[in-house]
Order: sequence, then C-alpha cells, then structure tokens
Amino acid sequence: MSDIADRVKKIVVEHLGVEEDKVTETASFIDDLGADSLDTVELVMAFEEEFGIEIPDDAAETIQTFGDAVGFITKAS
Amino acid sequence: MFDLTGKTALVTGASGGIGADIARALHKAGAVVGLSGTRVQPLEALAAELGERAHVLECNLSVPEEVEGLVKRAVEAMGSVEILVNNAGITRDGLAMRMSDEDWASVLDVNLTASFRLCRAAIRGMMKARQGRIINISSVVGTTGNPGQANYCASKAGMVGMSKALAAEVASRGITVNAVAPGFIETAMTDKLNEAQKGGILSAVPAGRMGRPQEIAAAVVYLASDEAGYVTGATLHVNGGMAMI
Repeated sequence: MSDIADRVKKIVVEHLGVEEDKVTETASFIDDLGADSLDTVELVMAFEEEFGIEIPDDAAETIQTFGDAVGFITKAS
Repeated sequence: MFDLTGKTALVTGASGGIGADIARALHKAGAVVGLSGTRVQPLEALAAELGERAHVLECNLSVPEEVEGLVKRAVEAMGSVEILVNNAGITRDGLAMRMSDEDWASVLDVNLTASFRLCRAAIRGMMKARQGRIINISSVVGTTGNPGQANYCASKAGMVGMSKALAAEVASRGITVNAVAPGFIETAMTDKLNEAQKGGILSAVPAGRMGRPQEIAAAVVYLASDEAGYVTGATLHVNGGMAMI
C-alpha cells in the first residue's frame, strides 16, 4: 500500500473510530464506516491539512469511498 | 455558581461596556479570556485589572483579513478557543429612506458577517475537541424592530437565524450555539439617548429601569457553562420584560 493510502487510512481510522480492516478500497464513508455529513466535511479538512492541498467543494462531493480519497489525493499532490 | 476553570474564552468588543463585563464575568468564573477590540488602551486597562489569564487581541472586525486571523491568534495565546462570544457591534442609525448603502453594509459586515467568520473559524477546533460554546450577542430590536435601525435590526435578527442554523449543524459534536438578546442596557450606546428618549423607553419596560451590563454577562456565563449543555439554538432575552417573546 502506498504512503498516501497509509496516511489516509490513519486519518479515517482515528476520526471515525473504525477498525483498520474495515477501511477497504470500496468502503463508503457514510454507508460502510458510519460517517455523517459533518464527518465527511471533517475528513476532507483533515486530508487538506495532512497533504497541504485544497479540495474544492465539487471535488469533495465525489469523494465517497476510501479509494476515492486516495485516488484524488494521489492526483492532487 | 458556574465554574469555567481552565476554559478559554474569546470575547469580541471587549473594550465596550457589555463586552468588558462579559469578559470580567467569564474571568471571575475561572476562564482564560482573550480580549478583542479595536481600541487597545481600554483592552490593556481591562487586562491589567484582571491580572493573570487575560490576553489582549487587537482586531478591527471591519477588516476581513484581521477577522480571519483572530481565532488563530487567540489559539496561539490561550491554547484553544472553547468559548466564543460575538459581542462586538456597531450602529449607523438613520431612517431607511436616507440610509446609504455604506451605512447598511458596514453594520452588516461588522455585526453579522464578522460574527459568522469567527464562528466558522472557531468551530473547527471545537469539532476536534468535541465541545464548545458559542454565544452571539443579539438585541431585542432584532425581534421587535426599531425605527432608524433597519441595518442594526437586520444584523441582530440575522445573528439569531445564524445561531439556530449553526446550532443544528454542530449539536452532535457537543457544541452549543445560542444568542443573548439584551434590552436597554446602561452603556455608551444608550448614553447617547436624551432624557426624553430614555423616559419613553423606560415607560415600556415593566422592570422600570435599564439593565446593567453585568446582567447580560450573567446570561453569557450560564450559556458558557457545562450545565447549559442541553440549551442550544435558543435566544435568551434579558430585557426587564419590555418584550416577552
């Protein structure tokens, strides 16, 4: 697993308080990991801080799963 | 009565009559206070009076960049902002037909927009901490209206609506957002009224007197306390009965 994926996973695990093995490529933050809309905003802000990037609102909406997040951040950073 | 020992509080407009007493009351309850305002001298004097646990944070809320930086500076000074009191406010009174766009905009900018920006900035840390208190100082005229104050009334009503929306957004994170709506309080703002105006106002106040800044501060201390954790999206009217709403 790439360094980016590791760092994203760490944020997700810490923030949502879920088991690491639940955070799979296709795991949806809301449907599978129990996030609410506020959690998704917090996650996006945490990603922005961790990776020093800006995630615009329309892009943030497309980040539904762990895989989406890793993909977006890999491209952006 | 309410213990705020170790809590950190940022108060805007702390150089004014109500703001200074809010800061004093929070400080007396044990909080570390960040005193924000445009006039440094009264802030320094208040900080000297309070002694330890008081930080002066000069800020002109009509300058967006200064507003954006204020919460960050408060966190640097105090370690966090667990209580935010948006108290700063200005008036530019005039009948609507003669009110300039500039007078309209400047009141909305300082009273409402700056408050929103400070809420947005402070909520970030509060979300992480899973606790926080935001208290927005509105006014009775935000509910009742007042001739000559279309801008001020709009800004104060706006603060109530904003508080409710924010309260709904962040309630699940242990953060409460409330408003306090003072009636006529003895301050520099009401000192400008002449005796006839004051007489007219007092005849409409069942309590038969103006309120004291300490009485607003007491409401703020309550809403800032752990005991008020189930109170959110509320407006606490402190007005001697002049408007029972």
